[in-house]
Amino acid sequence: MGGQQRVYRQKIRSTQSLKKIFRAMELIAASRIGKARARVAAATPYSQAITRAISAVSIHSDVDHPLTSKRTDTTKVAVLVVSADRGMAGAYSANAIRAAERLRLNLERDGKEVVQYVAGRRAVSYYSFRHRELAGKWTGASDSPVVETATEIADALYQAFTAAAEDGGVSEIQIVYTHFTSMVTQEPRVIRLLPLEIVEGVAEPGEDVEPLYEFEPSAEEVLDTLLPRYIQARIYSCLLQSAASELASRQRAMNTAVSNAEDIIRQYTRLANTARQSEITQEISEIVSGADALAAS
Amino acid sequence: MAGALTVDIVGPDRILWSGTAERVIAPSVEGEIGLLANHEPILSLLRSGTVRVRGESGDWSEFPIKSGFVSFDHNIVNIVAEPADTHED
Repeated sequence: MGGQQRVYRQKIRSTQSLKKIFRAMELIAASRIGKARARVAAATPYSQAITRAISAVSIHSDVDHPLTSKRTDTTKVAVLVVSADRGMAGAYSANAIRAAERLRLNLERDGKEVVQYVAGRRAVSYYSFRHRELAGKWTGASDSPVVETATEIADALYQAFTAAAEDGGVSEIQIVYTHFTSMVTQEPRVIRLLPLEIVEGVAEPGEDVEPLYEFEPSAEEVLDTLLPRYIQARIYSCLLQSAASELASRQRAMNTAVSNAEDIIRQYTRLANTARQSEITQEISEIVSGADALAAS
Repeated sequence: MAGALTVDIVGPDRILWSGTAERVIAPSVEGEIGLLANHEPILSLLRSGTVRVRGESGDWSEFPIKSGFVSFDHNIVNIVAEPADTHED
């Protein structure tokens, strides 16, 4: 067998084993995605209920809570980026990071300073490569996040938000995550966690009858207790959404990788066949010309 | 008899109970609170205890909780609860 042929055969073999790996990863992602979506669906009512309750308090009471009003003593803004721990998910992490960078530009144009919080190893390496300072990072289990991680992140962000300006307090908390719209569409989104934005689900109080909400023990205390939990629930749902998006992206990316591998295999098989055929042709012509030379002599 | 309540009891990772009920009793921080239809809108924090729901058929369901809150508005009850660990001995 000629050298050319051996090179092609080798390439085909290595691509074949790569293809098996891609296929396996695609199947793994596909089998996990159902569970991830179920977790998103299961956690949504909780976060919705808590969001609705928070908006009810901020709309129906005239509490001037520090957590719902804008802080003016600091220009720092906490930004949390949620990305993947591993690659091989197409542009999933890159898209989230790009959205975060855009947000950063916008914020800096407004004269604000970004305090970066990061979840997922891909984003951590992105920022550490660029020597950006990270205020907090969480890695591990980006495709099946646990409540504990969400609680940790929420605690850190909540502390930053309640801290005094000289201790590194921030005036806003923004989250960049990837929203799972469907199996084929996932888009990076930016949400502002605090100060509260007016949230859907609660009707604006009409002018005629002001629905009188009664708060037990008091509106302030209700807000005090609910806000940390609200942050935790929102972060947890962002993590879950991102996990589902990551798996969907990975499945799609691996699917593409498998068909690319098939293309390459087909291409190299053709080349190997051509090489083999031309070798045979050459051998025949050598033999024929050799025999001719012998007969002529 | 007053109308029924639409009740949703949700935990952090799942819905614990959902349906229509005749009354709900929850352990608020200021004492037990009983909710019937047409109660005034309220938002109350809960302490650890048991949330009890009386379904329309008259049977009680009980949920031990660690903490949470209940909101009531237009006969819609939302209870958000951190369930107590029932399997812990």
